[in-house]
Amino acid sequence: MSTVAETNIKPTPERGARPGASMRSRLQDALPKIVLAPSFAITVVFVYGFILWTVYLSFTNSKTFPSYAITGSRAYQRLWRWTFESDPPSSWYTSITNMGIFGFLYIFICLALGLFLAILLDQKIRGEGMLRPIYLYPMALSFIVTGVAWKWFLDPGLGLEQTLHQWGWTSFHFDWIKNKDFVIYTVVIAGVWQASGFIMAMFLAGLRGIDGEIMKAAQIDGATTFQLYRRIVIPLLRPVFLSAFIVLAHLAIKSYDLVVALTSGGPGGSAWLPSNFMYEYTFKRNEMAVGSASAVIMLMTITAIIVPYLYSELREKPR
Amino acid sequence: MLRKLLIGTALGSGLAFAAHAQDVKEVEMLHWWTSGGEAAALNVLKEDLAKQGFAWKDVPVAGGGGDAAMTALKAMVAAGNYPTASQMLGYTVLDYAEAGVMGDLTETAVKEGWDKSVPAALQKFSVYDGKWVAAPVNVHSVNWLWINKAVMDKIGGTEPKTFDDFVALLDKAKAAGVIPLALGGQNWQEATMFDSVVLSTGGPEFYKKAFNDLDEEQLKSDTMKKSFDNLAKLVTYVDPNFSGRDWNLATAMVIKGDALVQVMGDWAKGEFNAAKKTPGTDFLCYRFPGTDGSVVYNSDMFGMFDVPDDRKAAQAALATATLSKSFQSAFNVVKGSVPARTDVPDTDFDACGKKGIADLKAANEGGTLFGSLAQGYGAPPAVANAYKDVVSKFVHGQIKTSDEAVTQLVSAIEDAK
Repeated sequence: MSTVAETNIKPTPERGARPGASMRSRLQDALPKIVLAPSFAITVVFVYGFILWTVYLSFTNSKTFPSYAITGSRAYQRLWRWTFESDPPSSWYTSITNMGIFGFLYIFICLALGLFLAILLDQKIRGEGMLRPIYLYPMALSFIVTGVAWKWFLDPGLGLEQTLHQWGWTSFHFDWIKNKDFVIYTVVIAGVWQASGFIMAMFLAGLRGIDGEIMKAAQIDGATTFQLYRRIVIPLLRPVFLSAFIVLAHLAIKSYDLVVALTSGGPGGSAWLPSNFMYEYTFKRNEMAVGSASAVIMLMTITAIIVPYLYSELREKPR
Repeated sequence: MLRKLLIGTALGSGLAFAAHAQDVKEVEMLHWWTSGGEAAALNVLKEDLAKQGFAWKDVPVAGGGGDAAMTALKAMVAAGNYPTASQMLGYTVLDYAEAGVMGDLTETAVKEGWDKSVPAALQKFSVYDGKWVAAPVNVHSVNWLWINKAVMDKIGGTEPKTFDDFVALLDKAKAAGVIPLALGGQNWQEATMFDSVVLSTGGPEFYKKAFNDLDEEQLKSDTMKKSFDNLAKLVTYVDPNFSGRDWNLATAMVIKGDALVQVMGDWAKGEFNAAKKTPGTDFLCYRFPGTDGSVVYNSDMFGMFDVPDDRKAAQAALATATLSKSFQSAFNVVKGSVPARTDVPDTDFDACGKKGIADLKAANEGGTLFGSLAQGYGAPPAVANAYKDVVSKFVHGQIKTSDEAVTQLVSAIEDAK
């Protein structure tokens, strides 16, 4: 048995040495592609395929179920009309203005606060190892937990206001979460609380990566601490700003669950974001075409913001 | 008959015999009754079927209004994997029937005489194109007041018979330092209360034309304006923290005596029962003032899907058990609703349940049984949600006057049609 096997095996390296080796090296070359192929195929179908499908659906009159006959752009026309209905605000108008307010404040405050905390923590203070995780832990919570916790904390009859009243400060008044004009800012508060620690960690890593020699040189040249950060450190952190921006931007756009858990939509739907609008119309109101159209508009808006930014940031690298 | 046919086919092919002669003795049931009382109520049905030898495959998808469950159902149906039955509400049944995925229960319905025992208004949703596609489980009604009796006695109030009486009663409570009206400021709760306000302000005929037929003349009429004004009046009696509150927390305020009254559907009674309160001694249930004699309903249904032949026997058994008098009584006593057939004895029900059963019967006979627009039984979901938007925006001040509210209501409904 074994002899047969040997005689069978032996000739192969001699006769087929070249093809075998090239087979192997070809296989090795192709291996990354083969390993990546399934995930690539999945991405193509389930991300890009469904983006196209959503675009297609937005031009049909799909209601509860998808329907495949193209019927025109009625869904977009309705959204376009709703975009300008500000008094009383249409749900779509509320959603997009909220997205503007929330997106800007959330990203800006997270970046500013994260950078500030990182700079403070970078001053070689004692107990940094203990402080860092304290800021970072909120990121480990899901939006649902954050939302519910802040909902209780901000509820005037239950949380902060009630407690301060019991302590004797009876004139204290903070009812943003119940106020149609301010409820979106409570979403910003909860969102910033959750994400700023993570952004801090990103900046801290960036700060640790800066060459100490540059700092020393600047100090010898007589730069004040403020100048040091303003002119040297922050410009050097530019790649971190890019990563942080991308992370925050996508968190902001998909923060559907935070709005639901924190405000359940807010008084009269005043805390809606476009993602809430999309879910509500597609799944609750059985207006799949309108839901799809709003998703397409969200995608285009994001593309319009992110692509030029990515382009301007990444273009400089090869230089 | 069916059996004979099956055996006939089975003789033709030995393989088919193995597959067909044995019916699958299992029902697969999608529902969102996962909370304690509801699950206990559903257990009654499970045991009924177990006695007949049918296994129960539970597919629970938690989440109050059933949104998550409906999303799951959509996925199951799209994949061609139909459950035997699914809990469904109003227009959803018709949507699925239109898509051609519902089964046919007509044979069972004829045998059990559902045509006569189930109120005609409900049949609008359980019968599609002449075929029974769903088995109604219960009838909830929306136009109720739930009152804490101790508070009522303290302020010396009596049952309000008209809207003005009601306002006077709320004034009394306010003067006594109690929160007069417990309301959860979520759009469906506000709209549910508004259903009652409209019925009270405009009367049964007006309600039907406006909220079931969506007649534009009525929607923009002065009566509708008056209804919005009345709603605005009621909203002045809520506490400042009402916005966003869950309905059961509002009920708890009444149970604890912090608030006098809640306007809510009869599922609120489940909360009173869970708190061991007795109707008549601890709490009172009255019809919303000015709506006595009419019932604004919603109903849970078990939609029956077009399952393979070997599962049809189990499905028929499920449908029969669902509408059996014993289950209807046992289930609805626990759930707080009333039976979906009018010939179930009311002996096991409490005072509120007895009144509910009598009211349903009278409303069915008198033609004053109307679908609740807020609960999705007056119009399709797109319209119902557009309506909830307008009411909620009015309550929270985005829409400032009743004139504007009426204009918005007409255009929102027109838009969503």
